[in-house]
Amino acid sequence: MMGRTIFIDPGRCIGCQACVSACRECDSHRGKSMIHLDYTEPGMSVASLPSVCMHCEDPVAPCAEVCPADAILVTADGVVQQADTTRCIGCSNCVNACPFGIPKIDLQAKLQMKCNLCYDRTAYGLAPMCATVCPTGALFYGTLEELQAERPGVQVADSFVFGDVVVQTGVAMVVPADKVQWPVPGGLPVVEINGRDVR
Amino acid sequence: MTATDPAKAASRPVPVSIDPSIAPPGTRNFRDAGGIPADKWHADQNGETLVPTHCCFCGVQCGMYLRVDKGGKVFGVEPRNHDINRMRLCPKGINAYQQVNHPDRLTSPLMRRSRDEEFKECSWDEALDFTVSEIRRIQAEHGNDAFGLLGGASLFSEKTYLVGKFARVALKTKHVDYNGRLCMVSAAGANKLAFGIDRAGNPFSDILLSDCLLIAGSNVGECFPVMTQYLWGARDRGATLIVIDPRETAVARTADIHVALKPGTDSAFFNAVLNVVIDQGLTDEAYLAANTTGWDEVKKTVAEYPPARSAEICGIPASQIVQVARVFAGADRAMAWHARGIEHHSQGVENCLSVINLCVATGNIGKPGAGYGTITGQGNGQGGREHGQKSDLLPGGRSITNPEHRKQICQIWGIEESELPGAGTSMMEMVWQMQRKEIRGLIGICNNPFVSLPNYAVVKDGYDTAEFHAQFDFFLSETAANAHVVFPVTTWAEDEGVMANAEARVVKHNKAQEPPAGVRTDTWVICELARRLGAGQHFDFPGSREVFEELRIASAGTVNDYYGITYDRLDETGGIVWPCPSTEHPGTPRLFEDGRSYHADGKIHLQVVEWHPPMDAYTEEFPLSLTTGRTVAHFLSGNQTRRLGALVEQTPRPWVEVHPSHGFRNGDPVRVVTRRGSEVFPALVTEAIRPDTVFIPYHWPVPTAANALTIDALDPRSKIPEYKVCAARIEAAERVDEVPAPPTAPGHEAYPETQVSRTDPLPPTAPQGRGTAERS
Repeated sequence: MMGRTIFIDPGRCIGCQACVSACRECDSHRGKSMIHLDYTEPGMSVASLPSVCMHCEDPVAPCAEVCPADAILVTADGVVQQADTTRCIGCSNCVNACPFGIPKIDLQAKLQMKCNLCYDRTAYGLAPMCATVCPTGALFYGTLEELQAERPGVQVADSFVFGDVVVQTGVAMVVPADKVQWPVPGGLPVVEINGRDVR
Repeated sequence: MTATDPAKAASRPVPVSIDPSIAPPGTRNFRDAGGIPADKWHADQNGETLVPTHCCFCGVQCGMYLRVDKGGKVFGVEPRNHDINRMRLCPKGINAYQQVNHPDRLTSPLMRRSRDEEFKECSWDEALDFTVSEIRRIQAEHGNDAFGLLGGASLFSEKTYLVGKFARVALKTKHVDYNGRLCMVSAAGANKLAFGIDRAGNPFSDILLSDCLLIAGSNVGECFPVMTQYLWGARDRGATLIVIDPRETAVARTADIHVALKPGTDSAFFNAVLNVVIDQGLTDEAYLAANTTGWDEVKKTVAEYPPARSAEICGIPASQIVQVARVFAGADRAMAWHARGIEHHSQGVENCLSVINLCVATGNIGKPGAGYGTITGQGNGQGGREHGQKSDLLPGGRSITNPEHRKQICQIWGIEESELPGAGTSMMEMVWQMQRKEIRGLIGICNNPFVSLPNYAVVKDGYDTAEFHAQFDFFLSETAANAHVVFPVTTWAEDEGVMANAEARVVKHNKAQEPPAGVRTDTWVICELARRLGAGQHFDFPGSREVFEELRIASAGTVNDYYGITYDRLDETGGIVWPCPSTEHPGTPRLFEDGRSYHADGKIHLQVVEWHPPMDAYTEEFPLSLTTGRTVAHFLSGNQTRRLGALVEQTPRPWVEVHPSHGFRNGDPVRVVTRRGSEVFPALVTEAIRPDTVFIPYHWPVPTAANALTIDALDPRSKIPEYKVCAARIEAAERVDEVPAPPTAPGHEAYPETQVSRTDPLPPTAPQGRGTAERS
C-alpha cells in the first residue's frame, strides 16, 4: 500500500478553493495553481472535488511515457514531476495521455503545468500546501494508517478502471464506506478497494 | 513563566526548521529530485524569516506565519500549527498577505476642502490640522455631540479601546459606535440578557465532543471555512448535523437534517422545537429548577407555537420540527452555533434567545460538547465591543449609564464624571442623524458603510449631508472616496495588538514589517489628534503595548476581565480566553461549568420570545424574500479582497440566486426590485434556494450592491439592521450591471489584477446549480 501521500475525500470538500490559492503560493510554481477544483455534477449539485495529479504507479505515469522530450521525471519514490521547463516543448501529449485530465498547457509559455506533490516541500518533510491548508480535510497528506487513526473506518481506493485498463495510483481517493459498490460517475464500476474485489 | 524583553518579543522572527534527514531516500535536495530550478523555499539560505501571527479576516483568527524576506518585506504566507486552525487556512487567509505591499496602498494623507474638489496628497500636519479645525468649528457651532466617531471590529482591541476613549475624552461626544453593530450585537444582547456575559459558552474544540450540532443561519463553508474541520471531526465520531438555512449551502448539503425555512421565521421555528421538546418530556427539569429563572413564562409562550402553526409560518413540514426536537434533545451532548442568518433581523435578539432557551431547557449548557456559540464575522467582532467602542459600553463591558461603572472608568481615565458623555446611538441611527444634520462631522476608522450599511441611498445622503468626514484606511474604500480627509494607516502586519476570536480567545498579532513611508499606525493618529485637541495627557501611548497595559487595568474586576492577560503570556500560550482575572489564571474556555451565570443571582435568565413578521411587508408587488450573505473569497465590504487578484478571479462579481421555478436560465440578466431600488445581476439558477427567496452576496458597491436594496429597519434592542430579509420581486432585464473597479488614490492606476473577468456574467467557478433539500 502507498506510503505518505495525498488522500482526496470529495465528501468533505466545500468548494472553497483554499487548495487552489495555497498551490499558487508554492515556490516552484509561484503565481500558478497546479490544482483544479471541479464541480462533479454541474447543474445538479454543489458537490466539488479538488483534482491533483494522481501520480500513477502502474502503468507508471502515462504522461511521462508519452512525452517525446523526456521532460517528465518520475522520482525514485514515485512522484511524477512537473515537466522540466528546460525540456518541455508544450506538445500536449501528456494532456491527452492522462486518464485523470490533470496536466494543463500554459498556451502562452507553451509549457506543461502539473502538480508535483509539492516536491519542494515533501522532500523536506513538509506536507504539500494544498493538503496543509485544506480547511475541511478533503485533502489529507500522510499515511493510510494516519488517515484511519483520524477517521476510523475510512476506506480508500488507489485503483481506477478505464475501460479494460486498471490504473494504480500513488494518490488515493476516500470512498464512502457504505457505498463502495456504487458505480463511479460515468457508469464505470469500482472493481477493487484496497486490493479487495468489490464487484 | 519566563520574562521576555518586550521590544524583542514584538518582532521576534522564528527561523524555519527544516530537517533534511526526513527527506525521501536517495534525495539530498530538491534539485537532485526533480531538476526544477526552484530552490527558493529554504528560508535559512535566503535569509527569510517567518513571523508568527494571525489572519486579519474572520473571527476564527487562524494562526499563520508571514514570510518576510531579508529586506524586511512581507512576501508570502506559511501555514502555522496553531491550536485554533491546526495549519488550516481558507483562500482569504492564504491571500491576505498580498495586501501588505499592494500597489493600491495609501501612502500619503489625502485632503480636499469640499467634495467638489479632487483629492490632493498633503502632509500629515496639514491633514491633522484641517481635521482638528473642522472638529473645533463644528463642535463650537453645534455642540460636542455634533461630531461622531465610527470604529471598526477589524481593529486590534487596543485600538478599539482608544476609539472609545478618544470619543469620550478628546472629542467629548456621546456619538461613538462601530461596524460590529452590523455583525453580532444581536447575539451579544441575547447572551447578556440570558447569561450576563457576552460571549460564546464553549471553545471550538468542544465541537469535536458533541453528539449533535445545530448550525442556525450560518454558511460555515463560505464564511468560517476553517471551522468545518471541527464539524467534520464531530461527524467522524458519529455526531448528527442539523443545519437551519433557507439555502442549501455546502455544509447543509451534507447535513443529516437541513431545514430550509423562510427567512425571518427563526424564532417561530425554535419556539416550536422547544414546544415539542416539552411535549415529549425531553427537558432537563432538574437543571431548569436549580439554575434558571423565567422557565414557566417561556413554557407558557412556546405552548402557543405548536409545530403545525410554526410550520406554516416557516414554510416547512411540521415533521421537520419534530425531528429536530427529538434529535437535539435526545443527544447526550448537543451544541448550537449561530451567525448572521438569525442575527441580522429586526428580531435578531429574540432569535438568539430562542436558541438559548432550547439549549438551556435541554440541559445543554456548561459541559464539554454541550453549549452554544456565536460565529463572529469580523476578526475582532468579539473583542471590538468589549472595551468601550460601542455606544452604550465603557471598557470592560461596563454600562455607560451605570453610575458605579462610570465612576470606575473616570477614575482610571483621570477625568471628572460630569465630563463623561452618556450613551450615544447606533451606527445606522448616526447616519439618520447625519441626514437630519444632528451629526455634522464624522471620523470613520476601519469601516466602509457605503457598501456595508443597508439602504445605500440613505447612507449616501447622510454622508453627503455631513459637513466634514475623515476616514482612516489603508486602501481608498468607497466610503473614504467620499471623505474630506483620508489618513493612510497600517495593515495588521505592520503593528502589534490583540484580537478576541469567536471563542473569546485573545490572540496576539505580531508586527512583520515596517509600514511604508508616509503610513502611520491608527494608534499614532488617534493620539496625535487627541494631542492637538488638547487632551494629549490622556493619550500618551507610544504603541499598542502601552495601550494594552491600560486596557488590562480598565477591565480588571469586570465580567470581561483581561487583567491576567499579558503580551508575554500570549506569546507563550498562543491565546488566553477571558475572563482571566490574574496572571496565574489559565483563562476560561468553557463557561457555566458550575451552573452559575454571570448575573448577580447566578441564575440563567430565560426570556420569553414572541415571533413577529419581518419589517418589510410582502405584497403582490413584492412577493419574494431577498436575503444576503457572503462568499468564501471575499470579506465584508470587499475593500480588501476585491483588490487581490486570486480572490477577484475566484469570485469577480455578485449574482442573484433564483429557483428554477421562476423560468430564468443561468446568466440571464435579472432585475431585483425592492422598495429601496433596483439592480440587475446575472441569474444563478439553483434548486438550493427556496422558490420564495432570492439571494445576493453583498461584497460589492453600487450598482451591484445588495445593500442598495436591503432595508434599514433595526432590531429595537441590538440596533442591528435587518439585512437577512426584505420584500422583493424579480423581473427579466436587458443586461447586467457592471462591477465598478475599487477606488484608488490619485497617482495610483487601477491594479490590473483586479480587472480580471469584471464583465463575466457569472463567476467562472460558481456552482451552476445545487441539489434540492430533499436530496440530501
